[in-house]
Amino acid sequence: MKIAVCVKQVVTREWPLRVDEARTWVEDRDASFEMNEPDAYALEEALRLREQHGGEVVVCSAGPARAAQVVREALARGADRAIRVEGGGLAAADAAMVAEALAAAMRDEQFELVLTGLQSDDQGFAQTGVVLAELLGIPHATIIMEVQVADGRLRVKRELEGGWFQWVSMPTPALLTIQSGINQLRYATLKGIMAAKRKEVRVVEAAADLVPRQEILEIRVPEKTKQTHMIAGSPSEAAAELVKVLREEARVI
Amino acid sequence: MANAELHADLRTAVRELCARFPDTYWRELDAGEAYPEEFVRTLTEAGYLAALIPEELGGSGLGIAEASIILEEVNRSGGNSAACHAQMYIMGTLLRHGSEAQRRHYLPKIAGGELRLQAFGVTEPTTGTDTTQMKTMAVRRGDRYVVNGQKVWISRVDYSDLMLLVARTTPLEDVKKRTDGLSVLLVDLKKAVGHGMTVRPIRAMINHATTEVFFDNLEVPVENRVGEEGQGFRYLLDGLNAERILIAAECVGDGRWFVDRACRYARDRVVFGRPIGQNQGIQFPIARAHVNVEAADLMRVRAAELFDAGRPCGAEANMAKLLAADASWEAANVTMQTYGGFGFAEEYDVERKFRETRLYQTAPISTNLILSYIGQHVLDLPRSF
Ligand SMILES: Cc1cc2nc3c(=O)[nH]c(=O)nc-3n(C[C@H](O)[C@H](O)[C@H](O)COP(=O)(O)OP(=O)(O)OC[C@H]3O[C@@H](n4cnc5c(N)ncnc54)[C@H](O)[C@@H]3O)c2cc1C
Ligand SMILES: Cc1cc2nc3c(=O)[nH]c(=O)nc-3n(C[C@H](O)[C@H](O)[C@H](O)COP(=O)(O)OP(=O)(O)OC[C@H]3O[C@@H](n4cnc5c(N)ncnc54)[C@H](O)[C@@H]3O)c2cc1C
Repeated sequence: MKIAVCVKQVVTREWPLRVDEARTWVEDRDASFEMNEPDAYALEEALRLREQHGGEVVVCSAGPARAAQVVREALARGADRAIRVEGGGLAAADAAMVAEALAAAMRDEQFELVLTGLQSDDQGFAQTGVVLAELLGIPHATIIMEVQVADGRLRVKRELEGGWFQWVSMPTPALLTIQSGINQLRYATLKGIMAAKRKEVRVVEAAADLVPRQEILEIRVPEKTKQTHMIAGSPSEAAAELVKVLREEARVI
Repeated sequence: MANAELHADLRTAVRELCARFPDTYWRELDAGEAYPEEFVRTLTEAGYLAALIPEELGGSGLGIAEASIILEEVNRSGGNSAACHAQMYIMGTLLRHGSEAQRRHYLPKIAGGELRLQAFGVTEPTTGTDTTQMKTMAVRRGDRYVVNGQKVWISRVDYSDLMLLVARTTPLEDVKKRTDGLSVLLVDLKKAVGHGMTVRPIRAMINHATTEVFFDNLEVPVENRVGEEGQGFRYLLDGLNAERILIAAECVGDGRWFVDRACRYARDRVVFGRPIGQNQGIQFPIARAHVNVEAADLMRVRAAELFDAGRPCGAEANMAKLLAADASWEAANVTMQTYGGFGFAEEYDVERKFRETRLYQTAPISTNLILSYIGQHVLDLPRSF
């Protein structure tokens, strides 16, 4: 099976977030970066599918030059080769722009299966995979918890609300957006890190006419506010009122 | 540039691996004085402890710079490399001085983790730092050595398959130089323990799997001697620079862990109506600790560069070890102080790391002995002993 996995580089969770001067993105000049978490699970799923069914795993990433780091990480974990679309404007691009950049570089490869993470840890649109499927002209399914391959078809388990799941049968080629936690991630081994240096990475310039569809006007850090609300009355009245407030206002019970 | 990339990739990968072994993992082991088996197995299987073994013998053939990054990241994550760092470097003696047959036989298995060579028997109770005075004797009888004597503070014996043992093969009275007449033997622990070798755990301030070892007519085949008879002290010395640099890196990792924790706590802890880190009495010591850790790191990087270029680095390796051990200890103390009473509580891990990093003032070499090395060998001052 010829599988593509799309991975994005995001600022690490430990990085103390500060809004940049333009107030449209976070200050990330000296940040440390990591692989977007759901993408890491998508990669792991791809590697497992390759182990079961053979084939090849190609890691695809769109981003500024620094994204080369997550591409190497994916290769170190076991991906066979990589396609990296480079463009400075891709760092904070919207889902459509990223999907267009990826689609242009991936189209000729005729992948049988494309995996992406469900959403990114920074912008959280959950749209890149869906738009990419549309651009590649293939069906997609989202929030995937399990993937089975048989007779050239897929059977996939989708996560619904409230602890419900749905099994979907679909043809290939297809695109799946993978939910975090669906498997146990492997570690990059030292040998894997060394071998990654010898694997093929095709670097593609992002098309010059790519433009974002969305414009970020301003980013703000939510302000913490604290309010103490004293409940008067006898103990049993106060308790009843407390339950009501917790249920209807705070919505925590 | 290629190196910078490799170093960044190594850091990321080791950090990710260590993130699966959180503070609670190490805390519980410490409370139960248990060995971090799962952590060590994971690190071994992922190949990191074989970093220094040449590729043709099953390792990754990397330099001390890369090896030191691996251990630094383990300590920086809140863990303790001391549980397994020796698997990385004790094999150096075998690699440099072992016969071709020994190298081919042992090193691929050490690289794969099937054989754990992470016990090194040097220190003795009555002679301590004065290594050449050691009392343990290995007397040649035909095709074996018969070993009698005692070692102390020998770590990880219970978690090793092989131990590198330094013993006298020629009595002190019969050698021209006191540094002559010591030899290095590879002891197969499965065969030795209970057959001439007894191991007793030492309860210690840190969870270190350290033991005292007694030899009572232990027989070791002559073919298990590493290198030439009588040259053991020289072999011991030429492994030291690697060890110094690796320990320095662990201290840098500890130092960075402490500074991170101290900063986080100083930002969040509010007494007298403001974060304690706003008080210069708290802020400046943390800042100074950070400065010293980063300065020590530069010496460690310098020493590693020289080492990997095959150039002399005794002075730099020793200075790096001293500076880094001092910096991590200062950072430990500052962090304890920043945490107020909570520094003493086990659940913050500060007291554990404080105990653990304190070791590096004393072992594997004490600070005084480094100063005497610098005084005599670098500054050409008169010998004190
Ligand atoms: C947890 C732990 C693990 C260890 N693991 C191992 C191991 O795996 N294998 C092994 O062989 N050893 C091991 N050691 C032993 C360690 O290397 C020694 O403790 C260390 O070298 C100091 O020797 P000593 O304890 O006999 O101290 P001593 O030699 O008795 O020294 C005591 C003090 O006097 C100072 N001193 C001694 N001579 C001089 C001098 N000439 N000038 C100035 N000051 C001097 C020392 O610096 C030290 O501060 C371990 C020790 C510990 C605590
Ligand atoms: C083993 C143990 C036993 C104890 N027993 C008792 C007991 O029996 N009874 C009892 O009541 N308490 C007890 N304590 C509590 C002890 O008195 C407090 O831990 C201590 O007073 C420090 O308070 P804290 O831990 O809240 O630190 P914090 O007040 O949070 O201070 C943290 C750090 O910030 C520094 N700091 C705070 N404010 C300033 C400032 N304005 N300027 C400069 N520096 C500042 C402090 O000096 C400290 O280094 C005990 C503590 C321990 C560890």
